[in-house]
Amino acid sequence: MAAPGSDIRRYPGFLPITILCLVMLYAPLIIVMIYSFNDSRSITSWGGFSLRWYEEVFFGLEAAKFKVAALNSLFIAVMAGITSTVLATAAALAMIRGGSFRGKPASFALINLPLMVPEIVTAVATLIFFSTIGFTRGVATILVAHIVFCIPFAYLPIAARLQGIESVYEQAAMDLYASRAQAFWQVLMPLMLPGIISGFLLAFIISLDDFIITNFVKGAGVETLPTAIFGAVKQGIKPNIMALSTLMLLISVIFVTISYFVGKSGAKSSQ
Amino acid sequence: MGVNEPGSSTAVAITNIVKRYGIGDASVLALNDVSLEIQDNEFFTLLGPSGCGKTTLLRIIAGFEQVTAGVVHLYGEEIEQLPANKRPVNTVFQQYALFPHMSVLENIAFGLRMLGKGKAEIESRAKQMLDLVQLGGFADRRPAQLSGGQQQRVALARALAPAPKVLLLDEPLSALDLKLRQAMRVELKQIQEDTGITFVFVTHDQEEALTMSDRIAVMSSGELQQIGTAHEVYEEPRNKFVAGFIGETNLLDVTVEEVRADAAMCRVGDGAPIACSVAGNTTKGARGHISIRPERMSVSKPKRGDKLTGIVDRLVYLGTDTQCLLHLDNGTEITVRAQNAHESTLGVGPGDRAALNIDAGAARLLVD
Repeated sequence: MAAPGSDIRRYPGFLPITILCLVMLYAPLIIVMIYSFNDSRSITSWGGFSLRWYEEVFFGLEAAKFKVAALNSLFIAVMAGITSTVLATAAALAMIRGGSFRGKPASFALINLPLMVPEIVTAVATLIFFSTIGFTRGVATILVAHIVFCIPFAYLPIAARLQGIESVYEQAAMDLYASRAQAFWQVLMPLMLPGIISGFLLAFIISLDDFIITNFVKGAGVETLPTAIFGAVKQGIKPNIMALSTLMLLISVIFVTISYFVGKSGAKSSQ
Repeated sequence: MGVNEPGSSTAVAITNIVKRYGIGDASVLALNDVSLEIQDNEFFTLLGPSGCGKTTLLRIIAGFEQVTAGVVHLYGEEIEQLPANKRPVNTVFQQYALFPHMSVLENIAFGLRMLGKGKAEIESRAKQMLDLVQLGGFADRRPAQLSGGQQQRVALARALAPAPKVLLLDEPLSALDLKLRQAMRVELKQIQEDTGITFVFVTHDQEEALTMSDRIAVMSSGELQQIGTAHEVYEEPRNKFVAGFIGETNLLDVTVEEVRADAAMCRVGDGAPIACSVAGNTTKGARGHISIRPERMSVSKPKRGDKLTGIVDRLVYLGTDTQCLLHLDNGTEITVRAQNAHESTLGVGPGDRAALNIDAGAARLLVD
C-alpha cells in the first residue's frame, strides 16, 4: 500500500480532474447507449424506452447489409487474430528466448512499427502496395492488412508473459529428459497460454473495429461493420446506428474483460 | 588425473575444464583449468563465494553450459558434447523450478514420462518418491499451494524419480529459513545414504558444506583451492583463502625458524617459537602467515615472561561462546572464542592487558 503522504487522493485538484477526464471519455459513449433505447426517431430528445432500434438492426431494411458486413468483420477478425497471434508468438520466442542476434533492436522496432506509424500513412501505403502489385481488393486485402497491424497488439501481451517466465523451467524440463519440442509444448506453451489468449483477444478486437485501413484497402461493395456503419451515418445518423454501436461496444467490453481475467489468472498460477 | 575406465568408482571426472563467457577483451574467465574427481556414492560439495564458478561447474555437468576447453566424464563416458536431456543426471534448482501448471505428482512423474516409462511404473515410482520426501498426502496439490520447504522436497523427489546416476543440487536450501535448513541438511544426507546416488551439492554456506559432505571442493575466482574432507579443509587449509573462507581464523605474520619433516617452528615477532603444521614447502628464514582458529586459543592475565600480549578491546557474548577481540602489541587484531560451558570467566575485561595462549597443534603455516 502507498504511504499516506504519497496517496494520490491527497493531491489538490485530483477529484475535479478525474471527473473531467471521465466525463470527456465516457459521456459520449453513455449518451449513445442511452439513446439506442430511445423510442423516438430523434437523436436529441427522449421519447420513452424501446428496443425498436435493436429490432431494426436485426430485421430492418438495412439488416441484410449489416449482416454481411458483420460476418465479414467476424471472419476477418478471427483469421487476422489467429494468424497474427501465431506470428507474434514466434516473434516473441525469437526476441526473448533467441539470445542476442544481429538486428535484434531493428527487429523489435519492425514488429512494433504499426503502433508508431500514423494509421493513415499505413492505409495509403498499403493501398498503393496492393494497386502496384495488381492485387484485386476485397476481403483478402483487408485480411492481409489486418494481420500486419494486429501483430504488435498480439505481440505485447505475449512478450510480456514470456519475459516473466524464467528459462529455468525449460532447463528443468530438458534436465528431466524432455526434447526441445517436448519442453516447448508441455512446459513453455502452457505457461505462455494466458499471454497468447490475451494477445489473440486484443488482436481480434483491434481488427474488429478498424476503420481507416479497412476503408482504404477494401474493394468496392465489400464492407466490414465499421465501414458499413460509416456508410450509413453519411446518410444521416439514425438511432439504429446507435443500437449497432452499443452492440459492438458490448462485444469489445466482453473481450477485453476476458483478456483481463485470463491475464490475471495466468499471473496467479505462475507464482 | 587419469581417464576413467568404465565401471571404475569415479562418478564424475572433470579434466582441465576452462569456461570463458564472451569473446575477446570483454570475456570473463569463469573456470580456469579445473580438474577434480567425484567418487561413486559420494556426497561431494562445491563450496565458494558467489562468482567463484561453482554453479558454472554444476551447470557444465548438467549440460546447460558448454565448456570452452576440457573433458567431462560420467562413469567413464565422455559427456561434454551431450545435450542436457541425454545425460543421466538430474538437477535440483535453486528456485526449484517446479512446473506451476502441473500437480505435485505430475511434476514428479515428468522425468519418467519423458523417458517413456509405462503408466503403472510411473505411478508407483512417483508415489514412492512422494513418500520418500514425506509428502504422501500432497499428490494433487499445485506447487503454488505448498510452502517453501514442501516445494523443496517436491523438487528433490522430481529429480530423484528417474534414478539419476548423479544428482546435482544448486544451493537448494538457500531459500529456506534457518530451522528448516538445518533439518533438511540431515534429511538430505540421509536420503543420499539411503539411495546410494552420488550427490554434487553447490553452496556458499560453509556450515552446510561441513555438516553434509563426504568431501568438499573449495573454489575461488574460477580456480580450485582445495579438495578434502570437512576435517581436512577446516584443520589443514592449504592457503589463506581456504583458511579464511571456512570458519573464522586469525592470521599472524611469522618468520620460519626451523623446518622439520611435516612441521615448522615459527616465531611471531620476538615471541617464543610456535610449532606449526605446514601447507606446502617452506624454508628457514621465509616469511609467511600462521592461521589459528579462534577456539584454539585462550586469553589469560599476563604473567612475567609472556611474549604475546595485548589489550582486550571488547568482549562479545554469543550465547554458547564469548568472543574476545584482542589488540596485540604488534598491532595485529586477534579474535579468541571461549566456550561459556562452565561458569568459567575469561579473567580479563575490556581495557585489561591480557596474554594470548595458543593451543598445541593449533597453528598452521600457510605459504603464499
